[in-house]
Parts: sequence; structure tokens; C-alpha cells
Amino acid sequence: MVRGYIRPKIRPNPAKISRDLDDDMMQQQQHDDDGEYGGGGGRDDEDALHLGAGRCAACRYLRRRCTHDCVLAPFFPASRPHRYACVHRVFGASNVARLLESLPMAERSEAANTMAREAYWRVQDPVYGVTGIISRLQDEIRAVQLELARTQAQITIVAGSGSGVTQRAPPPQQPPPPPPLPTPQLARAGGHPTLAVRRQEQDEELTPTPPPPDPTDEFLNLDKI
Amino acid sequence: MAGSGTPCASCKLLRRRCTPECVFAPYFPAEDARRFATVHRVFGASNVSRMLQEVAPAHRADAVSSLVYEASARVRDPVYGCVAAISSLQQQVSQLQMQLALAHAEILICVQQPQQHGHPPAAAALQEQQQQHVLQNAHHLQDSMWT
Repeated sequence: MVRGYIRPKIRPNPAKISRDLDDDMMQQQQHDDDGEYGGGGGRDDEDALHLGAGRCAACRYLRRRCTHDCVLAPFFPASRPHRYACVHRVFGASNVARLLESLPMAERSEAANTMAREAYWRVQDPVYGVTGIISRLQDEIRAVQLELARTQAQITIVAGSGSGVTQRAPPPQQPPPPPPLPTPQLARAGGHPTLAVRRQEQDEELTPTPPPPDPTDEFLNLDKI
Repeated sequence: MAGSGTPCASCKLLRRRCTPECVFAPYFPAEDARRFATVHRVFGASNVSRMLQEVAPAHRADAVSSLVYEASARVRDPVYGCVAAISSLQQQVSQLQMQLALAHAEILICVQQPQQHGHPPAAAALQEQQQQHVLQNAHHLQDSMWT
């Protein structure tokens, strides 16, 4: 068990993450299933002859015997070698195993999936990794908020200038207030540049300061680490 | 090697001699040991070193910042890490887009409602159909967000 592990208030379902973010990864996984990446028929023969059949992707990558109590085997099947290759490249086998062993059995599958996603995004974008996606989402939120504010201002103007009784649509159901945006503590006081979205970096602009985190939501407050 | 010959945070943690060519020294000064400790705990020093060397020197500062951010998120939430933040942001985007769609529908009603009094019945019926269609699309979008 991880000491001090706090179950998040919001339980994200990685399966519901936008398809746009996972298209590439799904294609890679499809390639893995088709056997284009890694594995190969030759290794299956080697498995059967010398090291036992049915090695997981991790043990196959590490060229070791896959024991019955291999901690990585349930989450990195041999059919998806590229998935483990990304994880190994970013996190390393020992770190992955140590992290999974520190978690309850029920949480390990989710942890393996999220680590695989983060590793994949880091391989795709070696500079920003998953934080690049976070920046893009923050930009999208700002753009939609701006558009929403403009539209609501137009509604106010039109409703105020309309003649007679206007049959307004029922007010939209107010969703719960969104959790605060993560505040990347990325800048160093020593003068290192703050993290900027790659396209913003091209424009030589810094990312605007996100709103302060909600002190009641410690889940997204990274300052306490 | 930082400043007056003191080892950087990484070489201090790894207990090795900090050379002038140390790849970590510019980004992990000795004053903040926790930063490298977090990154080392999640990714490992060798992986971080390799990832930094694969990145152009001009982008290494940002790369280090993003690695520290990811490592901090993973330490805080060993199960979901940064993926939790992404999921949260995506929910916000969906909610805002839903609100925007409803606002567009509402403004369309506000604009067209006062004009119905001066139009023949056929045109008014057509406008009402268009308004209902926009409202249905907005509510379908609302329903799909919560399923």
C-alpha cells in the first residue's frame, strides 16, 4: 500500500478519454495485435524451446523467464509489445514493477493503463509529453469560455432590445462547478522558462496564468508534494 | 557542476562526482533536492538522462519541467497520475460546449421570436420547426454528455 495514498474525488475512466487522444495509440495497438511490432514468430519458437511458452511482453522484452508470479504479466500481454516498449522506455521495468507492487490488486490495472498512456504520449512528444495535451485542453477551455461569454452577451442584448413577450428557452441546467485546472509548477526561480504550449512557444508567448486552485480540492493541488 | 563546485541535486542523490558535463546540473540545482528525487523515483535517473539527451538543448528546460510535473502527479496519484487531470479537463470542455450549444439555441429563439408576429402563418411554422430542431440538437448533446 502506498502511504498517504488519497483516493481521488473524481474517478476518471480512462476508457472515456477522448477518442482523438487515443487514435494513434489504438492504431499502434492494432499493429501490435497484427504482429507488426516486436514479437514475431521466431520468438515464439524460442519461447517454446528454451524459456517456456507464454512470456508476457515485459519478460519477452527483457529476455527473461516469465514466472507464474510475474507482476507485469497480467497488464502487459505478449500481444501488445509496443505498449510495454513505451512504458519500458519512459519509466523502466523496475519502476513500473515497484509502482504496481505498491498498489492494491484492484488498482493495478488502471495504473498500468495510465502509465502506458503517459508513456505513449511522452514517446510521441519527448519535450512536453502529456503536459502538452493538458495545455491544449486548457487552451480549448479558454476559447470555449470566450465564445460562451460572447454568446451570452449577445443574448442579453437581443433579449433587452426585443419587443413584446419573448418566449425564452428554459435555462440550461447548471452543471456542477468544474474542478480547478492543474497549476503546473514548471518554472524555476533561477530563470528557466515556464512551460508553454509548443505553438505558443513558436509565437514566443508564455502560457497565461491559470486560475488559482481551489484550496478545498487537494486532489489537484500539486504544491503539497 | 553548479556554482562553486557543489554537486547538483542529482549527483548528490546518486552519490557521484558532478562533472562540468553533467546533463542534470543546469536543471536540478542543489537547492531543490526534492525535484530530482521525485523525477528519479518515477522515471529513474538513467531514463531521464536519456530523454534529455534525445531532446535539443533549447527544449531541455521545458522537458525537465514537464517531467517534474508528470512525476509529481504520479507520486500524488499513483493510479491515475496526469490522466486524472486530462479527464477532468475533458469534462470541462464537454460541459462548456454543451452550454455554448444551448446558448446558441437560446439566441436563435430570442432573435426569431419577435419576428413571428409580422410573418404569414407558413413562414412562422417553418421558423418554429427550425427552433425546435435547434433545441432538440442542443438537448441531445446535453443528454449524450451525461450517458
